Amino acid sequence: MLKINNLHVKLEEEDKQILKGLTLEVPAGEVHAIMGPNGSGKSTLSYVLSGRDGYEVTDGEAELDGEDLLDMDPEVRAAAGLFLAFQYPVEIPGVGNMTFLRTAVNAQRKARGEAELTAGEFLKEVRVKAAELQISPDMLKRPVNVGFSGGEKKRNEILQMAMLSPRMCIMDETDSGLDVDAMRLVSEGVNALRSPDRSFLVITHYQRLLDHIKPDVVHIMSNGRIIKSGGPELALEVEQNGYADLLAEAD
Amino acid sequence: MSDIAVKSKAEVTPQVSGNPKAAAALDDRLAAITMPDAGFSADARADAMVRLRAMGLPAPRDEYWRYTNPSAFNAATATALPFDADGAESPLFTGRDKLTLVFVDGAFDAAASDDLSLEGVEITTLAKADAAGDHWAAGLYGQLELAGQTPVKRPFAALNTAVAHDGLLIRVTGKPSKPVHVLYRRGTADADAVWHHVIRVEDGAELTLLESGMVGARSNGMLEVDLAKGAKLHHIAAKRANDPKVGLSHIFARVGAEAQLKSFTLAVNGTLMRHEGAIDIVGDDAVAHIAAAVLGDGNVGPFHHDDTVFITHGAERGESRQVFKKVLKNGATGVFQGKILVKQGAQKTDGYQISQALLLDDNSQFLAKPELEIYADDVKCSHGSTTGAIDEEALFYLRSRGVPYDRAIVFLVLSFLADALSEVEDDDLRDDINDRLEAWLTTPPQN
Repeated sequence: MLKINNLHVKLEEEDKQILKGLTLEVPAGEVHAIMGPNGSGKSTLSYVLSGRDGYEVTDGEAELDGEDLLDMDPEVRAAAGLFLAFQYPVEIPGVGNMTFLRTAVNAQRKARGEAELTAGEFLKEVRVKAAELQISPDMLKRPVNVGFSGGEKKRNEILQMAMLSPRMCIMDETDSGLDVDAMRLVSEGVNALRSPDRSFLVITHYQRLLDHIKPDVVHIMSNGRIIKSGGPELALEVEQNGYADLLAEAD
Repeated sequence: MSDIAVKSKAEVTPQVSGNPKAAAALDDRLAAITMPDAGFSADARADAMVRLRAMGLPAPRDEYWRYTNPSAFNAATATALPFDADGAESPLFTGRDKLTLVFVDGAFDAAASDDLSLEGVEITTLAKADAAGDHWAAGLYGQLELAGQTPVKRPFAALNTAVAHDGLLIRVTGKPSKPVHVLYRRGTADADAVWHHVIRVEDGAELTLLESGMVGARSNGMLEVDLAKGAKLHHIAAKRANDPKVGLSHIFARVGAEAQLKSFTLAVNGTLMRHEGAIDIVGDDAVAHIAAAVLGDGNVGPFHHDDTVFITHGAERGESRQVFKKVLKNGATGVFQGKILVKQGAQKTDGYQISQALLLDDNSQFLAKPELEIYADDVKCSHGSTTGAIDEEALFYLRSRGVPYDRAIVFLVLSFLADALSEVEDDDLRDDINDRLEAWLTTPPQN
């Protein structure tokens, strides 16, 4: 599904190398987690994969289903099946959550040559999915993320994910700022989306999220590279001992 | 055209003092105008002519004309424009129950208008009232304009009072069941349209006033508004999109105790527009909100849009808001000159002013002159002015969801304008305006 090979990325504005030869493969249907100390390049990886400006790929490649991701505009990547759940979802006053989401769903469908959803079809689907995530009709009507609590914003991200049905979901510290109940809700939302032809890349600092969203593979990232990969037990090891041993081992 | 106003040529007395060149320009300007045959308004017009002569026409060196070149307004005659007889109603107001009154080149067109009867409202025209003699508007016509001449002179407002042939005189005594809609149309290619409305809303009465259409090759419109205790006026002006004329519009208002004035202007493209507001809060616990949403594309016309708005608090616990949002591209220019003046004794005033421009490219500019002048010591006043580009973070967020770039820009423009639109009280009307803006932004503007 997602193949990243020897990816080197620097900041466009300054001469600072962030990713230094990152290689990673997430096969279809699997959930992979990335953990790593602050500043190791985890968020940069999620931004580069989804096409945010400000980064320059100096070497390596990233493919989604065999297609070169790095040359596509962000909306083309989205239509190709990539989704990034933001660590800090953006507030957009004056634009209704529903209007935004319906526009996004239909723009992707159109780009893929599928029929657009009518207002009725969309409404029916979004109501069911919102209810599962305990998102109130009032939240759907409000402007995008405006006046949402931290937990509501993250649930709104999962709602978008559910409506857009991406094949490759990247979640950037979705657990940050969530209380126990919100984390359970978000995790249930994600688990409900797990399927043989959908993959997840879950970036997190804490093992706790991985109790809810059980990963197939855990990668440890440091200094712009994956330094170790293993099963879920690797996350437990980090939780207990921190990164020091792993970093020392990698050096 | 109204058949009531009898026309006579202006009697022009050459000005003896001041800059002879400027005086000659004013003489030329006045000589080109056919003066109305005034009745009840004769004294007010004569006074206005005296103050106009004392002020003279504005020059770029005048403090409030530095950002907008007055020459097109100073010129003796209007430059003819390619004539397009289509005075279509703004699609914003179609399908809405309303009393529509049509003005062609500034003159009331009775045949094209609805019947002037609406419960809770007395309506007549300026031309008719002038022909008839005495009128309730005698104490108001030109008086609010006069009050608005301090502290900043506004020569074109005085000119308007002196020379306007026609307009509406509306006295609201109740709560009419539907809005009054003034629809402006062009009649001739070189029309220099001048009109002057006076609206008096009595104690506890309410009116929604809609304005739309396009008018003249050059225009000078005046809206004098007098709100008695607890009166409300909700005013929404939707300028015709892509109107190539050069236009001046004025709102000069006196807001009484517990009264509410809400005025919102929508402008999309065009050439040269200046909107002047002079709002006097004279009664306690009064509210005055003036807002505008402006979209300017310099490729459609040499877009220059100026809002010059003063709100004066002369009573206690007044609340005022000025919310101006301009979206500019392709060499468009936006101007905002706004002041909150809080007089001594106007305690507990709550004044707010925000002027913001969203520049969609590097060629456009926004010139802002926000001012606060406060002589009371227990007030809450704030002002802010920003000029910025599209928020990259929000743009990326939208695109990452699959929203194409152009569509994402439309969302962000609407988001930028939302604060101004929220000044429109009527939910349906606000949604209509939002939909209309969206349509304008997604397809080339038609009207």
